[in-house]
Amino acid sequence: MSRPELQAPPEIYYGDSEAVKYTKNTRNQQIQADLTYRALELLNMPPDQSAFLLDIGCGSGLSGEILDEEGYVWAGVDIAPSMLEVALEREVEGDLFLQDIGQGLGFRPGSFDGAISISVLQWLLNAETSHHTSAPPHRLHRFFTTLHSALRNPSRAVFQFYPTSDDQIQLITSTAQKAGFGGGIVVDYPNSKKARKVYLCLFVGGGGGQQQVPAGLNEEAMDDDSVRFERRRQRERARDRSGKRKKVMDKEWILKKKELYRQRGKEGVPRDSKFTGRKRKATF
Amino acid sequence: MVRLITHNLLACHVKGCTTNNFPLQFQDVQIELQEAEFNPDFVRNLLPRLEWGALVDAAKQVGDTSLPPEQPEMTDDDVLQKLHHVLLEIHITEGAMVCSNCKHIYPISNGIPNMLLSEHEIG
Repeated sequence: MSRPELQAPPEIYYGDSEAVKYTKNTRNQQIQADLTYRALELLNMPPDQSAFLLDIGCGSGLSGEILDEEGYVWAGVDIAPSMLEVALEREVEGDLFLQDIGQGLGFRPGSFDGAISISVLQWLLNAETSHHTSAPPHRLHRFFTTLHSALRNPSRAVFQFYPTSDDQIQLITSTAQKAGFGGGIVVDYPNSKKARKVYLCLFVGGGGGQQQVPAGLNEEAMDDDSVRFERRRQRERARDRSGKRKKVMDKEWILKKKELYRQRGKEGVPRDSKFTGRKRKATF
Repeated sequence: MVRLITHNLLACHVKGCTTNNFPLQFQDVQIELQEAEFNPDFVRNLLPRLEWGALVDAAKQVGDTSLPPEQPEMTDDDVLQKLHHVLLEIHITEGAMVCSNCKHIYPISNGIPNMLLSEHEIG
């Protein structure tokens, strides 16, 4: 399937059903959480100071929840009403706005101590209508200039996004630079196809010394509890030590299932005994 | 939820609307009070960014007159506590915000303001 941003505009793609599906998916939650923590790390806020952050493309508040946990006060903008509705149901702490970031942000200068945005920028790269304000360069320019003024000096903005080509990265960074931002691209796990993540790390002001673009994470630092698919491991799991294939539905599996059914209140679940999960004799 | 903290940072962003576009005026608002954790350092940090006059006006429009009309020079705990209440505990759930310059109406429903512009209003 092609990328979501190529299928429909965000406010349509994240309709009622997709918004709920997206938010309930535990894998999405995990990825969002990881990305948010990494973005906060890159944001490098001074410790023990509760800052006022902007969450751009806050969606259903998956990243906002983490901001709450970390003790930040935040405001979020998103273009998909269904996602915001889910956020309301989940009772996140931040203020929510229905806003198209490509139309520019309406905040007074110096409002925020920082901004984060998780997998949003790629949505700005498609034109929805032929009107000149719908062209990606125009929308990006409008977004970055209004964001630059809405941030305090000095501060940072960190965007995680999924570019499809180097041209897109080039367009985004050059537009950001024209809007007055410093900074650049940080790539985590550049050699991994799955774990590779691109962050745009932008600085407002430098406070005398030039700010350094942080280094991306690389393979050695990659932790092992993350999901990586290995066919070898899957094959190994299917066989026991004697080399025979393990039964797919062994006693443990059956007991687990029966327990689950009982918890759900299903009627007529057979009781457990020493015969559970055993084959009948051929003579039976 | 629109709290007064964000209202105080929000200006009209319609094309060409650059003067007198702040603060947005409230219209037939319904409010809801929700307690929030008091963090004096946060409020103190925020203070220089606030537009005091606009905040007092906005608070009056939603029926809270606890703030003095002039920004007090001393910020003791009492003032911070009042500020905290006004900034973070008053939530506007329904109503609208109107730009006093271009008269653009930003409707608020379910606590979420609709900041979308139509094509000819985009700068």
